Amino acid sequence: MDVMNKIATALAERAGSAADAITPETKFQELNLDSLDVAELIMNLEDTFSVTIDMSTLDGTVGSLVKQVEEAGK
Amino acid sequence: MKILGIGRALPAQAVTNAQLEQLLDTTDEWIRTRTGIHERRIMQDETVTSLALDAARKALADAGLTGRDLDLIIGTTALGDDLFPSIACLVQQGLEADCPCVDLHAACTGFIYALDTADAYISSGKAKNVLIISAEGLSRVTDWSDRGTCVLFGDGAGAVVVGQGEGLLSIRLAAQTGRELLYSASPAQPCPYTPSEGDGSWGIRMQGQDVFRFAVSSSAKDLQAAAEEAGMQVAQADWVLLHQANMRIIQSVRQRLGVDPARMPTNIHRLGNTSSASVPMLLYDLYHSGLLQPGHTLALSAFGAGMTSGACLIRWDKPVPHELRDHAETLFFA
Repeated sequence: MDVMNKIATALAERAGSAADAITPETKFQELNLDSLDVAELIMNLEDTFSVTIDMSTLDGTVGSLVKQVEEAGK
Repeated sequence: MKILGIGRALPAQAVTNAQLEQLLDTTDEWIRTRTGIHERRIMQDETVTSLALDAARKALADAGLTGRDLDLIIGTTALGDDLFPSIACLVQQGLEADCPCVDLHAACTGFIYALDTADAYISSGKAKNVLIISAEGLSRVTDWSDRGTCVLFGDGAGAVVVGQGEGLLSIRLAAQTGRELLYSASPAQPCPYTPSEGDGSWGIRMQGQDVFRFAVSSSAKDLQAAAEEAGMQVAQADWVLLHQANMRIIQSVRQRLGVDPARMPTNIHRLGNTSSASVPMLLYDLYHSGLLQPGHTLALSAFGAGMTSGACLIRWDKPVPHELRDHAETLFFA
C-alpha cells in the first residue's frame, strides 16, 4: 500500500469517513480533525514509516503530509 | 525512600467552563472536547503560601510527624507569592520546622524532580525526613485574554513527606532546551541602563501541537524506561498517574502503552492543569478513594517547560486512610 493510501486509511479511521473520499487536496479541517488529532496522527505515521515529520512545513492538506513522509523516507 | 504522608489543599472557588463563556470567546463544549476540563479551582482568599502550608500540615499529620522531624523542605512552584523568599522558607515557621529550605524549578515536572532530589538526600544519609510541597497559583501567571491557554490552568497544592524505606523502585529524569514550545516570560521590570528586551507580554505561551508531541513521546519513553529499571512493564503497574495537562495527552499515552483505562485515573475534569501540583494531587485523590492498597505499584510521570520530563515507579505500603471519598466524585477513568 503506498503512502497516500496508508495515510488516507489512517485519516478515514480517525475521522469516521471513507478513505477513497480523501485526496491530496483534502484539508484536515474538512475532516473535522483538530490540531491535536493531526499531531497524534503524525506521531503514529512517524512510527509507521520510521521518519521524522516537520510539522511547520505542512499546509493543512493531506498532500503536504504525504509529500513530507515520502521525502523523509528517501 | 518511601512516601510517609500526603496532603492536598485546594482553593474554595471553582470556576466552571460556563463562567469562562462569560469572559472569553469560548464554549464549554470546546473546552471539554479538547481538554477534558469542566472546571478548575482559582485562588480567591487563598495564596500560594497558604495552600502550601495547608497541604504540608496535612502531609505531616498523615505521616504521623511534626515539622520538627523534617531535615529538608523542598518547594516547587512556577511563581510563588514572592520571587523570593522560596515557598519552602515561607512555610517553615508555620510548620515549626528547623531545617534547610529550598525551591526547585522544573516546571510541571517539579514534583518528580523533587522526589529524585529527596531520594538522593535520604540515600546519602544527609536527611531522614524530607517534605516536598508542590504549590501552584497558575491563575496569576496565565494571560486571561488568551482563550487558548487560560482555560487550561488551575490552582492547588500537593505535599508529601518522604523518608527511609524501599518504596521508590526506579526514577528517571530528562531535560532538553526548548523554550519556544512552552514558556512564560520573566516579570522583570525595565532598567534605565539596559535596553528593554523580550516581548514584554505576560502569560503562558505554548505551541500546542509540539507540546502534545513532546508530552506523549517523553511520557511513554520515561515510563517504559522507569518500568524496565524496576523489572516490569508499565501496563503491569496497578496505577499509572500522568501529569494532568490535557485529557487528549493522557488518552494518547494510555493507548501507546496499552494501559487498562481502569488503572489510569484522572482528575483534570475538576482541577485543570495545576503544573507541578497535579501528580501529588492526583495521588492524594487516589489515596483517599480507598482504591490504592498496600503493595500496589504506582507509575508516576510528568512533563513540562524546559522541556523537562520524568517518571518513577513506587511500591505503596501505606494503609488505606480513615477519611475516604467516593472515587466517583473525585476521579475519572477515560
